[in-house]
Amino acid sequence: MADLSALYQDIIVDHYRAKHHAGLRQPFDVEVNGVNPSCGDEITLRLLMKGDRIEDVSYQAEGCSISQASTSAMTDLAIGVTVDEFAELVAGFREMLEGQGKIQLDEDRYGDAIAFEGVAQFPARVKCAMLGWASLEDALKSIHSRSVEEN
Amino acid sequence: MIDWSALRQDFPILTRRIAGRPLVYLDSANTAQKPRAVVDAMAEFSLNHNANIARAMHTLGVEATSAYESARETVAKFIGAAPSEVIFTKNASESLNLAAHSLGAGLKSGDEVVISVAEHHSNIVPWQLLCQRSGARLRWFDVDDQGQIDLDGAKEDGLINDQTKIVSITAMSNVTGVASPVNQIAAWAHDHGAIVLADGAQLVPHSPVDVAALGVDLLAFTGHKLLGPTGIGVLWGRYDLLADMPPFLGGGEMIELVTMERSTYAAPPHRFEAGTSPIAQAVGLAAGINYLEAIGMSQVETRLDELTAYALGRLAQVPHLRILGPDHLPRGGAVAFTLADIHPHDVMQVLDSYGVAVRGGHHCARPLHQRLGIQASVRASMGLYNTEEDIDTLVEALLATLEFFKVSPGDDQQQGVRHG
Ligand SMILES: Cc1ncc(COP(=O)(O)O)c(C=O)c1O
Repeated sequence: MADLSALYQDIIVDHYRAKHHAGLRQPFDVEVNGVNPSCGDEITLRLLMKGDRIEDVSYQAEGCSISQASTSAMTDLAIGVTVDEFAELVAGFREMLEGQGKIQLDEDRYGDAIAFEGVAQFPARVKCAMLGWASLEDALKSIHSRSVEEN
Repeated sequence: MIDWSALRQDFPILTRRIAGRPLVYLDSANTAQKPRAVVDAMAEFSLNHNANIARAMHTLGVEATSAYESARETVAKFIGAAPSEVIFTKNASESLNLAAHSLGAGLKSGDEVVISVAEHHSNIVPWQLLCQRSGARLRWFDVDDQGQIDLDGAKEDGLINDQTKIVSITAMSNVTGVASPVNQIAAWAHDHGAIVLADGAQLVPHSPVDVAALGVDLLAFTGHKLLGPTGIGVLWGRYDLLADMPPFLGGGEMIELVTMERSTYAAPPHRFEAGTSPIAQAVGLAAGINYLEAIGMSQVETRLDELTAYALGRLAQVPHLRILGPDHLPRGGAVAFTLADIHPHDVMQVLDSYGVAVRGGHHCARPLHQRLGIQASVRASMGLYNTEEDIDTLVEALLATLEFFKVSPGDDQQQGVRHG
């Protein structure tokens, strides 16, 4: 098995200890619940949009250090970007996690989230690292389907 | 005297090294490791006797049928039942679903089904589905803070009454190791004419079980926790009850006569075994049971108790460790706990780097975790092949986990990650 320190990098531990953008805030456009049934991690996530841009993401989560830290790093990236930009970020992050350690992220684009490259060597933890990201994807989807219905 | 450490040689997987260290397998409540005898019996069957059963009339078909039916006899004898009362399924979950569908066929609004808050999801969801289909009401026993079923509270509430049609209760918790008072619950339920089912997934691998002494009408358990292979489970039921139950799945082998309009069904147990059965798996399960019987189930129980008592004693010495359920015998060998506020997934990860395999999460018992006021836990569970040294390694790795996440022994505030 890969070395533990590859997984628990200092950046990850820092995010876990002091989560960015944590807590549930008003106002918000949509709230979603995400779970990782294999380990019992749960998250409630709120999304506020301004036009095509993500204005705020707030959340309350119970979970392991990887899922908590990854959600925290995700909010740093997501707040302020457009829906399409976030979709590209998620796609790249997911591809890296599923790449078994072969894919590297661009530090300029991903910032602290590059620390999760170590997770790719721990397939059982990939779901943990994806929980917050996938929940924001769900929130964006439900906003999208809502606006389609309205049109 | 049984030489327990010599017996480890029968389990080749125990020689594996994980992360450069000897494997310490403490996840037997999840699935048990297999002795060579089980794998050999399945290989022997598949390589020399394989054929479909019942419907093949040639020599191999006769051999395969006899191997399958003799596996049924082995299972029956193991639990003090008749072979005609032993139904082979895919796992305990399928056994419970079979029971819920078939017993529940006549349920209607106003009827009640009783389970407990300590159940595995496999003994919750099938009953929720049944209640949604039929309009019956799902009710449950509560537990106390130790995970013991609150029988007195239930009596006061009249939990079981004349509306109760089915009571399905775990015989032993896969989280707290607590054995339910199955006998007393069964007697109470029978007074009201209800049918009683026990989930024996954890009890059957742990203790000698005699279905008559247990006092229930049906018992579900699973092969892979009983040294057997995956893909085979058992539902035992009283014959007269099974004979009254409608089929669950339809298909080949479960019928008597099929016309295009309707069919008549085979007698139990075949009525409940549609399609080609898990034949090699039944042979493997019988080999697993034979292995246990050669040791003797009461010896197995004594050994598991010994290991569990040792583990409880050693774990009590780990700072910030809280055991779910009783911290002393009697209890089963599944020992779940929390460690400071370090998430079980993180604990499990550090333990894995010590070669120690445990489970982290809610162990398919989320309502019980909620009832005990926690999100998730770590679970170490004993198998007959474990040793006291395995427990020592677990404790060493737990202390290292505290250190890794910078929780000092004197910390009153149970701080989690403070590393880096
Ligand atoms: C108490 C209990 N019931 C039911 C099950 C389900 O067994 P299976 O997954 O083999 O269907 C398990 C094990 O996972 C269990 O521990």
